[in-house]
Amino acid sequence: MNSEQQKKYWKENLKYLAILLSIWFLASYVFGILLVEQLNTISLGGFKLGFWFAQQGSIYVFVILIFVYIKLMNSLDKKYKVNE
Amino acid sequence: MDIQTWTWILVGITFTLYIGIAIWSRASSTGEFYVAGKGVHPVANGLATAADWMSAASFISMAGIISFGGYDGSVYLMGWTGGYVLLALLLAPYLRKFGKFTVPDFIGDRYYSNKARIVAVCCALLVSFTYVAGQMQGVGIVFSRFLEVDITTGVIIGMIIVLFYAVLGGMKGITYTQVAQYCVLIFAFMVPAIFISIQMTGNPIPQIGFGSSGADGVYLLDKLDGLHRELGFHEYTTGSKSKIDVFFITAALMVGTAGLPHVIVRFFTVKKVSDARKSAGWALLFIAILYTTAPAIALFARTNMIETVSNQPYDEMPQWFKKWETTGLITFNDKNNDGIIQYVANKEANELDVNRDIMVLANPEIAGLPNWVIALVAAGGLAAALSTAAGLLLVISSSVSHDIIKKIVNPNISDKGELVAARLSAVAAVCVAGYFGVNPPGFVAAVVALAFGLAAASFFPAIVLGIFYKKMNKEGAIAGMVFGILLMLFYMLKFKFGVFDGGKTAVDALKKDWWFGISPEGFGTVAMVVNFIVSITISKLTPPPPKEVQEIVDNIRIPSGAGEAVDH
Repeated sequence: MNSEQQKKYWKENLKYLAILLSIWFLASYVFGILLVEQLNTISLGGFKLGFWFAQQGSIYVFVILIFVYIKLMNSLDKKYKVNE
Repeated sequence: MDIQTWTWILVGITFTLYIGIAIWSRASSTGEFYVAGKGVHPVANGLATAADWMSAASFISMAGIISFGGYDGSVYLMGWTGGYVLLALLLAPYLRKFGKFTVPDFIGDRYYSNKARIVAVCCALLVSFTYVAGQMQGVGIVFSRFLEVDITTGVIIGMIIVLFYAVLGGMKGITYTQVAQYCVLIFAFMVPAIFISIQMTGNPIPQIGFGSSGADGVYLLDKLDGLHRELGFHEYTTGSKSKIDVFFITAALMVGTAGLPHVIVRFFTVKKVSDARKSAGWALLFIAILYTTAPAIALFARTNMIETVSNQPYDEMPQWFKKWETTGLITFNDKNNDGIIQYVANKEANELDVNRDIMVLANPEIAGLPNWVIALVAAGGLAAALSTAAGLLLVISSSVSHDIIKKIVNPNISDKGELVAARLSAVAAVCVAGYFGVNPPGFVAAVVALAFGLAAASFFPAIVLGIFYKKMNKEGAIAGMVFGILLMLFYMLKFKFGVFDGGKTAVDALKKDWWFGISPEGFGTVAMVVNFIVSITISKLTPPPPKEVQEIVDNIRIPSGAGEAVDH
């Protein structure tokens, strides 16, 4: 792999990281902490939504994020032929 | 059969299992001892990471903390899981590609300096020792409460078991015992949770029962909020901590998780870079099972407890109440001599003190579950404490034998000699940990929580910058680590221990002086940001790293060619 391609691979990787980490921040810090009162006015079954995000939802989102990342990176590795 | 017989049987079976695995998976080279020969399957590694990660604190204390704190407890739930996203995305794949044995290895090579390596070794030892003392104490507590042996005997039994499989098997032995320990601990955690969820809500899935209604048709969370209001506590679903503090504590725990050496080192044990990513995913999935159940247990236990004791006559208390009273974990002081238990927020009028650990340990008894379920909790608590202790001991022994002896003191040592050194340092580390387990210094519990702040303030920026910022040099990294950890230590000593203002008694009065209203637990985030700023500023003012180092950085960004671990 030449250095031109290497740069491109790295750039695409960084783009994925930016998107996934924004969602990570949103699900925990924004929904679970910063906007928790506002979201608590909405209810989800027996949960207040903000409380649900803080104690349940954020964790589900984290798990999904890592598996999405694995999928994205595996196909990125294939595209640039750096997979093993 | 009574609880104690059941406990002996279950603990005996699980311990035999761990020892059997240890004999089967002995380590014969340093590669096997430090990183299990880099041949662990990602799912097995995920299971082992989960057990490594979930300590006595996660298993025994966390649900209790949430139970008493309500929404405030969310910092642990988000903090101790969200860190895995950072690990998977920012650290694990690159460190695996780098392909060495320890975290100080990476710091030392990436920053081409033995000074940086020594700073990293000191941070790793500081973090790991504080943490492991807490685990041994956890082992002692479980033994003494369930088996009625004294704490010292309990700690010694635990030490012998850990010694056996950590010293014999190294990382290889630890990995496969941790897989077994995860299965034991998750089973022990889930069985009572499912039983209680069915009892209280009719739904077998605790995560759903959490948001369901009880027999009276009222949502459990609404009911508990109501009970809390009545008794003068803050509402369960809103909490009492300030928003800024919740934010910073969560961040410190997340970043600290990603910076803990005994967790990072687990990602060195898989075959290739894509496996490192996969293990992080599996690890978090396995951890999430416990972490999404814990808040449900917290709610069930809290509701159950208040309904059982509040405004009830003391004489009519059930068996478990009396039993835990004798251990001193429940204390009742009938201040107004009416023979009725007043459990209220007001400290003057409150007559009942409940230790938070009871919420998990006594939960099955409170719910009236069969004896074998109660015994299971003891086996689970031991699995959680032993698995974490073993992982930490490995970090300590490899720091000594690899990072100090092999890399600094005697680079010519043979592989065999290093393996002996590794085993001996593991023995020494177990003894030190055992000593602290028997004679816990008063600060252990407090420091365990702060270990995360220390890890966040020291390792995380140095590793992330080492991967994502090619121009990062040794001057910047060393200054950042030293400044970050000193700032964190200063804040801890000042506001957690009151060292500069006349000792522990001054701590409460100092709360109003917290910088920006941030508690010592959350200050790791600030120290981490300071570390980042110092590192980048200094590196801009000093010469960039040599060309070979910049090539290393280019190389770790590409997943292919990870290969076997090379010992330089």
